Amino acid sequence: MKGYLRPDGRKGIRNTIVVAYLIECARHVATEITFMFRDRDVHVIGFPGCFPNEYAFDMMSKLCTHPNVGAALLVSLGCEGFNREGLAENIAASGRPVETLVIQQNGGTAASIEKGGTWVSKQLEALAAHQQVEMGIDELVIGTICGGSDGTSGLSANPGMGRAFDLLIAEGAAGIFEETGELIGCEQYMADRAATPELGEEIIHCVEKARQYYETLGYGSFSPGNADGGLSTIEEKSMGAYAKSGASEIVGLIKPGDHPPAGGLYLLDVIPDGEVRFGFPNINDNAEIAELIACGAHINLFSTGRGSVVGSAISPVIKVCANPETFRRLSDDMDVDAGRILENRGTLDEVGSEIRDLVLAVAKGQKTRSEALGHREFILTYKSFEPIGPACLPHSA
Amino acid sequence: MSVPKTANCLLLSPQDNVVVACEDTNVGDRIEVERDRIIVQERVTLGHKIARRNVRAGENIQKYAAPIGCASRDIAAGEHVHTHNMKSNYLYSHTSRDGGKESE
Repeated sequence: MKGYLRPDGRKGIRNTIVVAYLIECARHVATEITFMFRDRDVHVIGFPGCFPNEYAFDMMSKLCTHPNVGAALLVSLGCEGFNREGLAENIAASGRPVETLVIQQNGGTAASIEKGGTWVSKQLEALAAHQQVEMGIDELVIGTICGGSDGTSGLSANPGMGRAFDLLIAEGAAGIFEETGELIGCEQYMADRAATPELGEEIIHCVEKARQYYETLGYGSFSPGNADGGLSTIEEKSMGAYAKSGASEIVGLIKPGDHPPAGGLYLLDVIPDGEVRFGFPNINDNAEIAELIACGAHINLFSTGRGSVVGSAISPVIKVCANPETFRRLSDDMDVDAGRILENRGTLDEVGSEIRDLVLAVAKGQKTRSEALGHREFILTYKSFEPIGPACLPHSA
Repeated sequence: MSVPKTANCLLLSPQDNVVVACEDTNVGDRIEVERDRIIVQERVTLGHKIARRNVRAGENIQKYAAPIGCASRDIAAGEHVHTHNMKSNYLYSHTSRDGGKESE
């Protein structure tokens, strides 16, 4: 396996140029620039809000300096609140080429699109000359997420991804699982798997935070549809989601933008700290995927029963289909037929090995189905976080 | 009336005392997991749980090698395991907005 070595020592499996709008008003220009390079790795990301937000700034910094990113073009309207100079400084400090295009200072839409296109063309040439270096499995960061879940998600795709996680983590990779709001009821079980009792305490607190947050929102955590599908209790539903984590020891608890300092299994706390301020923690699956990528995820494993079709900017998404009926309907969008174990056409271990092998193939350059179909979804909204506590990372005091 | 068949079921972990139906099952169908031979006692649909062995009231229901609640009455091997004979060990309510407390 080979990767693109970045100055911070991390390695990327893709060499993407991100075109980042810093306000919704600049999104059209950013999107038009990428349309000139549709079949190349030139992706749009961005933040739509006009008012500054520390979390959004940190996320954009982490995303623009992700190991899969080789260069960044920032597109600003000119009067928004986003600290574009600070972001450009962070990207430049990472050793990546960066350019800021301010629409109000560049003659408007058409002139900005043309200027941006010229810059991207030049960078594509420069990136093509990058030599790849040897990269080990122990340098990979893999995320997991589930979306469009049904009664089969927790039976086939989630435990299958859990087996793949066990294999990859045993080979030295870092794995991240998330959505603490869907892990309510698993906190003691997760704490028992924590590397230290202090980390276990932190995990219990973070799930309690999620429970309170969703209670304030009035978020129903268990629907009649869940019971129709055979789920009897909230902890059973949570266990289905939790099965994505596999059986490895949990070595850390991180928040969006924190990088796993070493291999092993990490829980990502996606629920904002403090009082409920900006609404739902994550308004859709891509908001969670963006957070996993900000943590350094090179690839995300996405479990779906009903049949989500999304991919992502920056990092490839591997779609693991839990439901054999859905797979037959949407096979062109799916990478793995995990639901086959429900029809006795395979075992969990076989599905786990297949996912593990596919992760390595994708890391070596093979396109996932969502990549091949051109999916590059991205979303980022307002949040606020406190830094993680001292017990949250491995080898910390 | 359907002829009894060997039902397609999934044992998620060897420690579990329930299996999950991978297809709709009927009374009299056989389940064969590891060394257990169980006769299905009632109609169970895809995704629902069936007791793999006798479970006493109060004993935890194990799925994914984890407790997902406990039996609210004695459950016989082959019975459907669901909200009528098991309950959450967790206080967080999933039935009503009563401040997060589940009444006994």
